[in-house]
Amino acid sequence: MSLELLPQPTLRTEADYPFCPGCGHGPVLDALNEALVKLELAPHEVVIVSDIGCSGLSDQYFTTSAFHGLHGRSITYATGIKLMRPDLTVVVIMGDGGTGIGGAHLLSAARRNIGITVLVLNNFNFGMTGGQHSTTTPEGSLTPTTPAGNLEHPLDICATVGVNGAAFSYRGTSFDDDLSDRIAEGITTDGFSILDVWDLCTAYFVRNNKFSRRQIDTTMETLGLESGVLYRNDKSEFAIAYRKLAEGQHEGLRVTKVAASAPVLLDTRRHFVVAGSAGGRVRSAARLVSLAAMRSGWWSAQRDDYPITVKSGHSVSEVIMSPEEIHYSGVEKPDVLVVVSDDGLGKSGPYLEHMDASGTVFVAAGLDLPPTGARVVTVDPASADTRIPSASLALAMVANAIHHTGLVPFDSFEATAGSGSFGEKNLELVTVGKTLVTS
Amino acid sequence: MMMLRDLPARGGIGMQGEDEIASIGMCIGAAMTGARVMTASAGPGISLYSENIGMAIMGEVPLVIVDVQRLGPSTGAATTTAQGDVQFVRWGTAGGFPVIAICPSSVAECYTLTMKAFDLAERFRCPVFLMADKELALTMRSVDPADYARVEVRDRDIVDPADKNPPPEYRFDPPDEVVPMQLYGGSHPVRFTGSTHTEEAFITKKPSIVGALNDHLVSKISDHVDEIAMVEADIDDEAETLLISYGVTSGSMREAVAAARGEGTKVSSLTIKTLWPVPEANIMTAALGVSRVVVAELNPGLYMREIERVLPHVEILSIARTDGVLISPDQLHEVII
Repeated sequence: MSLELLPQPTLRTEADYPFCPGCGHGPVLDALNEALVKLELAPHEVVIVSDIGCSGLSDQYFTTSAFHGLHGRSITYATGIKLMRPDLTVVVIMGDGGTGIGGAHLLSAARRNIGITVLVLNNFNFGMTGGQHSTTTPEGSLTPTTPAGNLEHPLDICATVGVNGAAFSYRGTSFDDDLSDRIAEGITTDGFSILDVWDLCTAYFVRNNKFSRRQIDTTMETLGLESGVLYRNDKSEFAIAYRKLAEGQHEGLRVTKVAASAPVLLDTRRHFVVAGSAGGRVRSAARLVSLAAMRSGWWSAQRDDYPITVKSGHSVSEVIMSPEEIHYSGVEKPDVLVVVSDDGLGKSGPYLEHMDASGTVFVAAGLDLPPTGARVVTVDPASADTRIPSASLALAMVANAIHHTGLVPFDSFEATAGSGSFGEKNLELVTVGKTLVTS
Repeated sequence: MMMLRDLPARGGIGMQGEDEIASIGMCIGAAMTGARVMTASAGPGISLYSENIGMAIMGEVPLVIVDVQRLGPSTGAATTTAQGDVQFVRWGTAGGFPVIAICPSSVAECYTLTMKAFDLAERFRCPVFLMADKELALTMRSVDPADYARVEVRDRDIVDPADKNPPPEYRFDPPDEVVPMQLYGGSHPVRFTGSTHTEEAFITKKPSIVGALNDHLVSKISDHVDEIAMVEADIDDEAETLLISYGVTSGSMREAVAAARGEGTKVSSLTIKTLWPVPEANIMTAALGVSRVVVAELNPGLYMREIERVLPHVEILSIARTDGVLISPDQLHEVII
């Protein structure tokens, strides 16, 4: 008879646990071992992800795969493992300390319903580092960091994850006879499962608070907390749901290829700036100039500046066009500056300061342009046959400036504007812009 | 965000973690199953990666971290460019152990050096930083497809998952050697720990083992700088001045050098693409014969201290800018002549 056909009698190593006499961690780990054996899992099919603290020593007493990470972050490693290998059984062993430190991870794992099992060895204090209070320390408890009694309300772990999507949450104690069955139930639940297992820290919490097995039960009662399987949610497990969703998706990366279809010789670098308002399609107007430059066989670069609020305030786009590759993308002195709105004018000061008679400013009529050394062309939007909406003015004025200066060949600009999904509308605006009255 | 869209269709996974700590944590866990992993943020997020960077060093996890640098300190200025993290990424986790940091100086290099970063991560089983900046990331540029050469990314060197009697997870001797990785999900259990450990990945504090482990973490990189060092040297043997820069500022340097040479001025330049480990031999070679070195960077002069260390007998001038504005070719031109 082959030995390999027998179920694993244990997934424990031969080493004894290192825990203090009376500590509840050992019995909980024994229950975990029983659960793994009952489920007939082989060591290589299980990854135990341990946190920091006394519970963080746990993985070394199992023959399974193991990951011993940072304090409070074990859920994140477990999530990464489960995401890539949904077939593995991933069990997190953490204390109440790590649960508090990694609270955001706990919530997110529950909300995602990632298919890991979290075993919280909850002994109400940071037992490895001196018994400091944790997020689960009951009010009034004495710890080195709450010498006059804890003022903070203890975290209800099960309710917190339970109302936030966790598939399975259970509260019990290290003394429960059915603990291994409940752990097995958690592991076999399809989704995020948590077992909040209360136990005794004989080194600190028991000593500091005259705490006992009986008081675990009375504390639960006092806090109005129940034990047993408390919450269940039926929702797709994340790693599986992600793969299902991915099936319908297409590769997203798109490369814009622009052929130099109308090459024009360019001798020196040219700088173009359009300064307007957010929501005024300033960037897309400037993009047409950039693309027209590429169509002409030039290199181009475009830098956009706008406030973080995106839809309010200024929007300024700088375009550089060059016969050679552009390594430096700054613009100090534009050859052409188009000022569309007051928001844009507010950002035009440095350009206007640097510009001289070699440059031209196209400014919308009615804007109060400060004195500048540049040539100034006032563009009158009201001269159009129909009113130009503010969101279209940038493109109309850019068309006007390109038409008058030839900074980029107007043919290329027009051809660029006319291509793409907004081609027809863009062309209309280019035509309107070209004929705007200037002075 | 493009990758979040792109990866699922290619069989990968793209996630937004609840915070940067979760993102890097998920990456490390996923790497232990064999995945190539990358996480990206800016300086404030790199701060949150800090502890896990140390753990990836300790556990020898291949991991690519993209730092699109922005102006600091603290939240600094959103979408404002800077190069202020060049020392931070090297020293940003407890213990002082080495990482690799490489720095693209053009959009095309963001492509090629990302592949290089993955390759180095596999070769050395450590975190590799890709140091971009806001200007490179958010300025649209036309590019030449010819610059987008494919860089070979080696497969992960792993212990056969079917091996029922595998070697220990780690090996510290010879100290500079990197051994094949063992992954979760094969036919044997695999251990990992972020604490000082034996070769079997059990926690230990035994000085002889801890010393060997930590020597290994240093030597595997410091003994192989020649495999990691990347620079772009543009040398004029008669130049008296050598400009040194990296990243987006190298772009300005290239233009300043071209302009100076157009006027008949002799000048050399060095773009540093591997920031860590410092490519000391390449820097010394580039500086042969020059009397003056100018280091240009968008921070308070952070990498200049490495140059001073490597070139103790050369006059070094720092062009450092921290106002969110690029160093212009004109600004560099002034110091060349």
